[in-house]
Amino acid sequence: MRRYLIRKMVIYALTFFLAVTIDWLIPRFMPGDPIRNMLTRVSVASNATAIQMMYDYYARLFGLDLPLWQQYLNFWKALFQGDLGISTYLFPTPVVDVLKRAVPYDVFLLVPAVLLGWYTGNKFGAFAARSKRLDNFVLPISYILTATPYMWLGILMAWFFGIVVGIFPIAGAYSFSLRPTWSVTFLLDLLHHWFLPFASLFIIEFGGWAIGMRNMIIYELEAEYSRYLNALGAPKSLVRKYAFDNAILPQITGLALKLGVIVAGALVTEVVFSYPGIGYLLLAAIQNQDYFLIQGCFLFIVLGVLIANFVIDLVYLVVDPRTRRGMVGESA
Amino acid sequence: MKKRSEVLYFTLRNKKLLIGSGIILFFLILALIGPTFTKYKPLEYASPRGAEPPSTHFWMGTTFFGQDVFSQFVNGLRATFVVGLLGGGLGTLVGMLIGFTAGYRGGIVDEILNAFTNIVLVIPTLAVLLIIAAYLQVRSLLMECLFIGLTAWPWVARAIRAQTFSLRTREFVDLAKLSGMKPLRIIRDEIAPNMMSYLVLVFILQFGGAILTAATLDFIGLGPTNTISLGLMMQYAVLWGALPFGMWWWFVPPGLAITAIVGALYSMNVGLDEIFNPKLREI
Repeated sequence: MRRYLIRKMVIYALTFFLAVTIDWLIPRFMPGDPIRNMLTRVSVASNATAIQMMYDYYARLFGLDLPLWQQYLNFWKALFQGDLGISTYLFPTPVVDVLKRAVPYDVFLLVPAVLLGWYTGNKFGAFAARSKRLDNFVLPISYILTATPYMWLGILMAWFFGIVVGIFPIAGAYSFSLRPTWSVTFLLDLLHHWFLPFASLFIIEFGGWAIGMRNMIIYELEAEYSRYLNALGAPKSLVRKYAFDNAILPQITGLALKLGVIVAGALVTEVVFSYPGIGYLLLAAIQNQDYFLIQGCFLFIVLGVLIANFVIDLVYLVVDPRTRRGMVGESA
Repeated sequence: MKKRSEVLYFTLRNKKLLIGSGIILFFLILALIGPTFTKYKPLEYASPRGAEPPSTHFWMGTTFFGQDVFSQFVNGLRATFVVGLLGGGLGTLVGMLIGFTAGYRGGIVDEILNAFTNIVLVIPTLAVLLIIAAYLQVRSLLMECLFIGLTAWPWVARAIRAQTFSLRTREFVDLAKLSGMKPLRIIRDEIAPNMMSYLVLVFILQFGGAILTAATLDFIGLGPTNTISLGLMMQYAVLWGALPFGMWWWFVPPGLAITAIVGALYSMNVGLDEIFNPKLREI
């Protein structure tokens, strides 16, 4: 168990190291003077002194006159002090503060959508497997759902429920007329705005996991232990329960592997619904050429995915006893 | 001879494969010959009246700016197929290269390549693509294919490595080694043919994956800067109020095409799986 955890931790540490290195490397590696590039495109600083001030600030921050290894060390030092630079688009807010404001919306949107989609998708997939009528009807729909680009389903749902039927708002996290408080009206409004982005993420997740589980269950029902149980005359429900317990393991690993794709899906969904999470921020950052904010978003996304991966590893330890005993489990 | 006719028999009987390849063929032909039927360039301001619903002149209507949606659509389809073919192809190739090397060599080479694969597997691909694309002022379609291919390979490498691992200890591989065959030839002639069907399936999945990744990148505004794409169409539609004004002809076709193409690829995948693997055939 210790070995398993240590192995994983090493991988995550290396990944984080690589991500930070990429984050440092790319602005310096790309052609052109990044500071000039950035400042000529900044819309906020129009007078000469402000531009000069910002140029000096960034030149110091980038430390372009220092030797490369020192620039690199400084980058890490700043990172550990929580300094990711200052957003040019939301000048003069520090990038970390901008991101901190956005992250709760991401968590609020992603965690329920991913967990519920995974859970119900798996349950349903297991239920649909080997039942001819359900299978013929559900399988094509699930395949179409996994093939649907996240933003398109979001667009369709926003259009249908927001415009054609007109029962859900299609932009923002809460009405402009309200101020964030803990009142019931505000919370209801928050949920009202949250529902469509959540639903569009949930539906695609659901389809993907349902297919995966259905295929797994069929595979497990063909396995020797299932045949043996059947031969012993065990009730169908018991055989299925064992099949499900075995089939859920690769699905947990699958969740860890798919996190990157899911996060990407959440980013574009937020763009469709103007939902003020990191995805929406990222679009604004790209359109305004706010490089510090883009880099900050990158680090936050990587960090979030790493943390989620670690949590899944811990869950795996609980669910699969083989990993605890130091034997080779599914995810090794 | 008998084997071949059997495969052919199951191929022609397999509805999933036939329907899937039919859809792909339809869109492929549309992408190939469609652009020759367009009256306007994709980004040309064709209609002075702005947004118009589909008509006999504008087959798929016009955008908010009066651009011809049909022209954008067929040219976007072209870009989609290019990304799928090149991006997905590159992803498969890199995955094969790393998977075969790691699996066949074993030992320290395997340890290093495996650790590298696991690292790239954990990093959210899109985040890396974002940061690279954001710093490039001018981006071409080929660059997008390159980036997607170079980040999409890890799971391919992992799966191929595992299979190579189990194949390399078989007798026929030992025999090939004893007869003095070079490692590259052993992999090509002895190991790869055993997982040919798997490699085909992997390529199909990579093809679809590359299309979806490209759509995401384009939609966030980090796609190619000089061409139109289906993702970009959807971004413009969302940003320029196609939803509140109900211009469905602007945002429905691009997403529908992507869904149909990727869905058809998945369907082909399942169909081919049934042909290659007799256990899965429906009798």
